[in-house]
Amino acid sequence: MGESYSAFLYLIASICFIMALRGLSSPETARGGNLYGIAGMVIAILTTLATPQVVSYWLIILGLVIGGAIGTAISWRIRMTALPQLVAAFHSLVGLAAVCVACAAFADPQAYGIGIKGNIHVESLIEMAIGLAIGAITFTGAVVAFAKLQGLVSGAPLVFTGQHLLNAVLAAVLIFLVVIFVAGESPVVFALLVLLSFAFGFLLILPIGGADMPVVISMLNSYSGWAACGIGFTLSNSLLIITGGLVGSSGAILSYIMCKGMNRSIVNVILGGFGGEGVAAAAGGPGVGDRMVKSGSAEDAAFIMKNAGSVIIVPGYGMAVAQAQHALKAMADLLKKDGVKVEYAIHPVAGRMPGHMNVLLAEANVPYDDVKELEEINRDFASTDVAFVIGANDVTNPAAKTDPASPIYGMPILDVERARTVLFVKRSMASGYAGVDNELFFRDNTMMLFGDAKKMCDEIVKSLE
Amino acid sequence: MADPASLAQAAGELAGNAKALAQNLDRLAQQLSSLPPPVTSAGPPFVFELTVFVLAVFVGYYVVWRVTPALHSPLMSVTNAISSVIIVGALIAAGPHGISFAKIMGFVAVALAAVNIFGGFIVTQRMLQMFQRKK
Repeated sequence: MGESYSAFLYLIASICFIMALRGLSSPETARGGNLYGIAGMVIAILTTLATPQVVSYWLIILGLVIGGAIGTAISWRIRMTALPQLVAAFHSLVGLAAVCVACAAFADPQAYGIGIKGNIHVESLIEMAIGLAIGAITFTGAVVAFAKLQGLVSGAPLVFTGQHLLNAVLAAVLIFLVVIFVAGESPVVFALLVLLSFAFGFLLILPIGGADMPVVISMLNSYSGWAACGIGFTLSNSLLIITGGLVGSSGAILSYIMCKGMNRSIVNVILGGFGGEGVAAAAGGPGVGDRMVKSGSAEDAAFIMKNAGSVIIVPGYGMAVAQAQHALKAMADLLKKDGVKVEYAIHPVAGRMPGHMNVLLAEANVPYDDVKELEEINRDFASTDVAFVIGANDVTNPAAKTDPASPIYGMPILDVERARTVLFVKRSMASGYAGVDNELFFRDNTMMLFGDAKKMCDEIVKSLE
Repeated sequence: MADPASLAQAAGELAGNAKALAQNLDRLAQQLSSLPPPVTSAGPPFVFELTVFVLAVFVGYYVVWRVTPALHSPLMSVTNAISSVIIVGALIAAGPHGISFAKIMGFVAVALAAVNIFGGFIVTQRMLQMFQRKK
């Protein structure tokens, strides 16, 4: 196939990818968008297979079959609550694939038309080094994120003295290595670059705590895009550049939205350590045991909600952990049948990845028109009878508005305190990830429902029936 | 008028010359093809690639801001799937005859990207299936 033909087909594939993202502007058009994405990918692969450089197919088919089978099996079985770790794992694969392609381009530059071995164009070398480094950082970074989300390692931030200094030195050495590599094109430096980038990605994500994972996943999303971009520049492939640019900016926007949802800067998140000592202090600290909270049973909760005119449900990560979304939906259905207005309020950073709660509620067949974003619904709390907070904590804490000393000060919160009655479903009095007490627990109009979120919903359903 | 014998000899010499020339041409052509491609196919200049890149980032910026927050998870998984378009680079590495380091690297990258492509699109489809309007 001629070069201009394949360039044209690559352009069509790029447009398909743009349409795939465009489709996500509403749930109605989203499935069509996904089909565009699949079509784009098929076009891209077939076009590449038809280029004159590709003459031997057996290894390619083997790779596609193995990879395709694994990908299909995993994605059919994965539970929606495990989505964040799945996405993290997928990010790591993109990173590793970028590293492999960079290795291949370095070993056989002629295949890509970027020079001959030992004499690759300087431009391509720079781009190769950058793509390689970003890919490697994405790989190990996503592996750490996966391990934290999967619970293989503690989700607590891992901080040690001199960490930031070490990272800064590593970053400086990385840049230095890139320069040396471009000047000398030495395989040893290439290998060093890979290893050091691996180490850097690892160290970069270690200090970031579990609750900052929405930012981390978005960030890695962005990195995987930039890695594809770097490889695209190396190979002078506009499809890779365009797709990388799309994915990179998408991840960056998500990171920004997540940071804004926590009122923190991206730098602050990357430096990490958030909530580390706070959690330890709050666990044994004052303010928990010596104050009175009002706790109630499932029957009490059922009674209050049944007699309410409107209920707003505020789900958080605790709901995901307890897999309570189906029981919650059953509860909401019974309430609706009794004529109670039920809506859901989603905080931008609820859960472990952007939009996590929306997917779980959709899984439980909650109509998406009932699910509202923070800006949409926050004013309605004042006119609502019951706020039913299930597995969320920090995103409702009024200290974010009133206490400048609080670590979450300035974070936008859901104003559940304005509701006439606040019901908190929680396993214990332990504080949220930010390690701060929630003043709301001690208010007169608050009732604590201690227990597992799913069991509590099941019991409320029983009482309602 | 030259005698037929010398004529035949001259013709033979000529034929030999032509053969040598052809061989030379072949060698030249071979050399040309093994020359670093920069001369013939240096690819588009960097500025051109940069233009494409910057425009793509802008398109991405405006398209992604219009994505409804409820669909941020599918957005993440679909971008994940399409960033595996890096498979294009892997296919070229895995394409040539014979076995080389580059080819093995290409194979690994093809397999990794394939996990992502299949997994990413399927999980996105599964998620979006849940967002259908319920009757």
